[in-house]
Amino acid sequence: MINYQLKHLDELESEAIYVLREVAAQFEKPVLLFSGGKDSIVMAYLAKKAFHPGRIPFPLMHVDTGHNFDETIEFRDNFVKYLNADLVVASVQDTIDKGRVTEEKGIHASRNMLQTTTLLDALEEHKFDCAMGGGRRDEEKARAKERFFSHRDEFGQWDPKNQRPELWSLYNGRKNMGEHFRVFPLSNWTEMDVWQYIAREKIEIPPIYFSHEREVVVRDGVILADSAFLPKGENDKVEKRIVRCRTVGDMTCTGMVESKALSLTEIIDEVAASRITERGGRADDKRSETAMEDRKRNGYF
Amino acid sequence: MKNYFDMELLRFTTAGSVDDGKSTLIGRLFYDTKSIFEDQLQTIENSSKKRGLTDVNLALLTDGLKAEMEQGITIDVAYRYFATPNRKFIIADTPGHIQYTRNMVTGASTANLALVLVDARNGIVEQTLRHSFIASLLKIPHLVICVNKMDLVDYSEERFNEIVSEFEGFAAKLDIKDIQFIPISALKGDNVVEKSPDMEWYQGATLLYLLEHIHIGSDYNHIDARFPVQYVVRPYKDEIHDYRGYAGKVAGGIFRKGDEVMVLPSGMTSKVKSIDTMDGELNEAFPPMSVVIRLEDDIDISRGNMIVKPNNQPNVEQDIDMMICWFNPKPLQLGGKYILRHTTNEVRTLVKEVVYKMEINKLQRTREDTEINMNDIARIKVRTTSPLLVDPYKRNRFTGSVILIDEATNETVAAGMIV
Repeated sequence: MINYQLKHLDELESEAIYVLREVAAQFEKPVLLFSGGKDSIVMAYLAKKAFHPGRIPFPLMHVDTGHNFDETIEFRDNFVKYLNADLVVASVQDTIDKGRVTEEKGIHASRNMLQTTTLLDALEEHKFDCAMGGGRRDEEKARAKERFFSHRDEFGQWDPKNQRPELWSLYNGRKNMGEHFRVFPLSNWTEMDVWQYIAREKIEIPPIYFSHEREVVVRDGVILADSAFLPKGENDKVEKRIVRCRTVGDMTCTGMVESKALSLTEIIDEVAASRITERGGRADDKRSETAMEDRKRNGYF
Repeated sequence: MKNYFDMELLRFTTAGSVDDGKSTLIGRLFYDTKSIFEDQLQTIENSSKKRGLTDVNLALLTDGLKAEMEQGITIDVAYRYFATPNRKFIIADTPGHIQYTRNMVTGASTANLALVLVDARNGIVEQTLRHSFIASLLKIPHLVICVNKMDLVDYSEERFNEIVSEFEGFAAKLDIKDIQFIPISALKGDNVVEKSPDMEWYQGATLLYLLEHIHIGSDYNHIDARFPVQYVVRPYKDEIHDYRGYAGKVAGGIFRKGDEVMVLPSGMTSKVKSIDTMDGELNEAFPPMSVVIRLEDDIDISRGNMIVKPNNQPNVEQDIDMMICWFNPKPLQLGGKYILRHTTNEVRTLVKEVVYKMEINKLQRTREDTEINMNDIARIKVRTTSPLLVDPYKRNRFTGSVILIDEATNETVAAGMIV
């Protein structure tokens, strides 16, 4: 007898493809947020699968803090070519130059918070009515209650107490003028699922995810890559370590882990054995117990 | 873990009343399967200290939002993930207060299994009946009743059997195929992951063993072929200029290349030319696979149409009977118009009649008081502006479910199960 039971990666893939197609059908002008990190890479790859042999019917948008690992931009441009997709870049530097936001000061300064304004401005400028993100519910506790289709008011705000119930796979994307949606096709994926899928599908990822030697600053247990963008205090020492990224974001707050993993198999073994969540290394989440929830309320991804 | 790539996925929902140890049980499952990370443990240790607790409260692991932490209660459905070498698990963790029936229904809608907690000291209470009724209403195939806090009743077999027979009396009225009972202590870990040394009279499986091995392969409908068209793929590329594929998720049955099919509502027939994915053609597709189907003939098909087999068609109906759970503070308006979403279709609908309201705690129907407020469950009749292609919810959870949307606010106001 044939077993008509999908395995977990196939079921998660099918669910994400369904959500991506639902977005294309329900919204007038959706956009896929592409950071160059592994989750958005997997999401964009799934978008290619969802509409094959057609083109992806929406553009990708990179909210660029300007503080990128060199490898990220090169990777982004090649990957967009592989996908045969359109790319929009929204620059935090432009937002600063226009005087819409003020750069943070001090050694913990980061452009992570400023991204929110750039994102909301870009959604408005391009009249995007839905932004898809690679957020997963296992990442952080404020995300555990997020919907696949997350409604945002005209200020881009998330009200955790007033979300629409989401049942079966019936997604309600109806909205009034000026409102928009955030959609998370990878909601049910875990970090492990993402790595397994990357390995199974042989998806190209930026080299910074693999072990390499790099000059870093270790601050409060968080290993940060040294660069011209990283403001340094008196006590900060630059040292060499063998590291890799577990997440990829703004260089000034993306924590690295010490690792010798040179292949996807080694990364998967490392993730399986890891005793720290991937966001455990992110300086932006360490600001307070509810840092992520506060950012989401204000319109963050 | 060798079989990384081919694990099964089990979605289950947990429900329980306040203080019956649900959060502790989830904490225990995570802790004993090593799914708690050090930084998470650190966070809950800090939270425990902040609240003046002496021990680490495993329950805090499942408290998320600021408002919840302030009030010490769970407000919304939270989704949690863990894995063992055998299976991956998605938990829809729903709060147990009466006012949150809507969350329970939401969590139940995607679950293969419902886990209901009973406090061994209190036995079957109103909440147990409510949760079990919802599991039955939402047609969750498997129900597991965990009789918790066995340590507080001296691990008594007699007490356990009492609760089992009390529940079985009630369960006769429910429509659930598979009900199992496990005596546990979430706090001490008895029969959760490890077998209890204090309950040798219990010969059954531990909770985790059951979650890992319960047969979920026949939870989908593999008989009635249903393919709601979600999106039409038309590449307009020179090399494949005439390509026209219908994207969607198989909602029932099995589709094979060469199958004779019918497109509804037009009734036109054709054959499956190919089942396409980016990885190549497939010989067959079954639920819940997302694929692209191409047909031999050029038929006009759009989103909301359904591809089926000519000898096995869904009902084509404009007058629809359904059970609903009401989600909105604004009561259901008799004679009111709503938007109804069903598979990939959206139509306007009019509420014609409230047949009865369900008093869940007594499992009784009432026809006198038919005002439907938030968290009420009722049977209603609606009429839609155009026919829907439906199956009874009992037969197919995909083609038998609907949501109602308020036209003015766009809020999802009800979940409906077609009778």
